[in-house]
Amino acid sequence: MLALAAVLAYVGTARAGTAPTSFALDNGLQVVVIPDHRTPVVTQMIWYKVGSADETPGQSGLAHFLEHLMFKGTARHPEGEFSKTVSRIGGNENAFTSYDYTGYFQRVPRDQLATVMGFEADRMTGLVLKDENVLPERDVVLEEYNMRVANNPAARLGEQVAAALYLNHPYGRPVIGWRHEIEKLDREAALAFYRRFYAPNNATLVIAGGVEAAEVRDLAQKTFGGIAAQPAIPAKRIRPQEPEPAGPRTVTVADDKVGQPSMMRQYLVPAGPTAAKAERAALDVLAQALGGGSNSLLYRALVVDQGLAVSAYAWYQGTAVDPSQFGVSATPKPGVDFPRLEAALDKVIAGVADNGIAASDLEDAKTQLVAETIYAQDSQAKLARWYGAALTVGLSIDDVRQLPDTIRAVTAEEVQAVARKYLTKIRSATGYLVKDTAAVPAEKRS
Amino acid sequence: MRPVRPRLAGLALACAMALAAVVVSGHAQAMTKIQRVVSPGGLEAWLVQDATVPLVAMAFAFRGGATQDPADKPGVASMTANLLDEGAGDLDSKAFHARLERNAIEMNFSASRDRLQGQLRMLNEHRDEAFGLLKLAVTAPRFDAEPVERIRAQMLSGLRRESTEPNALAGRAFWAAAFPDHPYGRPPGGTLESLPQVTVADLSGYARRVLARDNLTIAVVGDIDAGTLGRLIDDTFGSLPAKAELTAVADVAAVAPPKQVSVPLDVPQTVMLFGGPGLKRNDPDFMAAYIANHILGGGSMSSRLYYEVREKKGLAYSVSQSLIWLDHTGVFAGSTATRADRAAATLATVEAEIRRMAEQGPTAEELDKAKSYLNGSQMLALDTSTKLAGALVQYQLDGLGIDYLEKRPGIINAVTLEDTRRAAKRLWSHGLITITVGRAQAAATGQPASPPAPKPHAD
Repeated sequence: MLALAAVLAYVGTARAGTAPTSFALDNGLQVVVIPDHRTPVVTQMIWYKVGSADETPGQSGLAHFLEHLMFKGTARHPEGEFSKTVSRIGGNENAFTSYDYTGYFQRVPRDQLATVMGFEADRMTGLVLKDENVLPERDVVLEEYNMRVANNPAARLGEQVAAALYLNHPYGRPVIGWRHEIEKLDREAALAFYRRFYAPNNATLVIAGGVEAAEVRDLAQKTFGGIAAQPAIPAKRIRPQEPEPAGPRTVTVADDKVGQPSMMRQYLVPAGPTAAKAERAALDVLAQALGGGSNSLLYRALVVDQGLAVSAYAWYQGTAVDPSQFGVSATPKPGVDFPRLEAALDKVIAGVADNGIAASDLEDAKTQLVAETIYAQDSQAKLARWYGAALTVGLSIDDVRQLPDTIRAVTAEEVQAVARKYLTKIRSATGYLVKDTAAVPAEKRS
Repeated sequence: MRPVRPRLAGLALACAMALAAVVVSGHAQAMTKIQRVVSPGGLEAWLVQDATVPLVAMAFAFRGGATQDPADKPGVASMTANLLDEGAGDLDSKAFHARLERNAIEMNFSASRDRLQGQLRMLNEHRDEAFGLLKLAVTAPRFDAEPVERIRAQMLSGLRRESTEPNALAGRAFWAAAFPDHPYGRPPGGTLESLPQVTVADLSGYARRVLARDNLTIAVVGDIDAGTLGRLIDDTFGSLPAKAELTAVADVAAVAPPKQVSVPLDVPQTVMLFGGPGLKRNDPDFMAAYIANHILGGGSMSSRLYYEVREKKGLAYSVSQSLIWLDHTGVFAGSTATRADRAAATLATVEAEIRRMAEQGPTAEELDKAKSYLNGSQMLALDTSTKLAGALVQYQLDGLGIDYLEKRPGIINAVTLEDTRRAAKRLWSHGLITITVGRAQAAATGQPASPPAPKPHAD
């Protein structure tokens, strides 16, 4: 650990001159500039503080549908012009939607930054939608639903577990939406959502690459500076919160197209700004130690030592506006039933809650998490995603910058404490994916 | 074998499609300086020295992948690759992983049709430890009973999962249909029947024959100088046998289209895979074909297929086509997916666009835009040390010179409209090998014989 600390000190020094810079325009747009001078490439990512958890009940999938429609052109730039420009200059682009945010990005040669900033600013308020391009796009989204969910029983299990975990909070709705609600989304709903949430004071602009903050500030002022703020958008997002959990939930998804059964469990845990910084870090370390790799506690116990499973994982979704999920999953070996597998899994978790984790496991987990932050420096796009997501859920640049120190400070007692406090069955929903052999004849078609 | 951490629960939905398979392009770093390092022991590596981040990324490959599997035991190369980091030298699997994880060293191996490849990434601080562990993995793998059975179980579990995944089924069926009498038609990941038959002798025999110095290709990116690298690669690979003992693999062309295979699976969305014989990497028309393919179905949001199938008609979420080149053949392959009752219309649209490109080629404007994209995007495609190292291995395996990145714009710009028309005609005038996986519409030809296509890996 001493050696590693030395490396980090060196990194800190080496990168001190290249720390992210942040500033806000008068209209409330927050701008973050992440220097990366290794390549003449620049990444623009705009993050809107709106995601599926901000949708009105009954309109699930609307944030994601609007994300697709944002490529349909504006009064100044008709459909396709933005994408064609990005393509012609050799850039690439994409967009993404999650529970708490919707983002758009382009990666282009450095000297084209002004061009894509102009386009991105234009579509913040200039979107024009017509039924002739909205309706085919809804078909595209339904095909995306078919691909991700309808054709994929494991994805349906994930949806069901989240829906069971959240009794009141909109995190229980799938990002892509429920199919019967996606089918009814239309132009008016999309435009209303757009006007309500797309504004400079509800967005974070991340620019990463070989650019200087002063230059970005000028460009941002020129392109986004003239867009009016929308004071009606609240600074903090207030959503229905979960009641105190009262009992474990289970759900089973049966499908004759399940070739390999599996199980997963999610626990309701604090995340983002709703978590104490030390608890968030302790949960990160716990997830890594419990199920982050081939030497993790779950893998060692379930896969290697007891031979009950072919795989076992744990993860923690710490970047979220509201209390989020800590997940564990396992895939049983043939002939091992779920009660046996689950008993073994419960025993590992109880072991951590009751006895804590060994000093060497703690150090290994911390080393890996700290190393991840250094490896991330190698990817401009990854850094942009880390900062963008963190700021969008209400964390700060310092939260990201200080992550290595925060991780290093985690103690074995803190890891045990979060395991004991949060990994209790009462806070969880468990899902089982099984092949329903009985359904085979009934569902056979043609 | 390293378990891959599942994507976080906060599923982000990307708007555009996943990009095509073997697409390799340039990097601005590489433009600055690629050094050819020859070690004291005579091993060669391409190196991009860059001290911005205190890490080193290495990619390497041994020629001779799943093509070297016994004909009745597909999966030997893959299983060997998955076991190289599961115990070696005096370290058993647990001890080996402990050493990796304690130092946050990333080590991965995999096998594709033509090669066994690996990646190693470490913080500078742990360079000697990382290369030392790699040396053990490639020179002294143990193949102990516990990890062999564990990895076998994991691979079988993956195959059971894929047995109902339409994309996996389509990929297997495509390779099996395109190369019925050639190792390329066999599934690199093995089958539910073959994997239980694989013995430790098969694994160690494969490793002994294939892991050798004369078929090794290396590229390194990061904070390391040529002298140090030379010493390290000698230490790591120097004790391997001088020569590999590879089974000869014949050059082959994919089966002549048209050919249709239908795989019945009761899913709401039908997956369609279409393709045919392509060009090898050293074909004089390769770049012209690459450009024409980009215009027709390349990964950007402005290809003809994307416009016709997705934008105009809303038939599918994703549609794309790419050129895939292997050591002994080339194919083109594309895919799309749509609900069952629109499958026929979607395939008809795809076929019409492919035919139109074969008959008329691209327009001058499309050609100009494609050249502009391919030149400009070169520096975007490989934005991390790992990706760059992987590309530099690919360039070496493809026989492209160390100056390829400098020459590439000239090669692209020299392609004429006539060249692209000729290439388009060569590729797309003969109809398609078509695989559909979904609810039976017409005649089904029964069960798919074989395993998965190389899957594109997203970032």
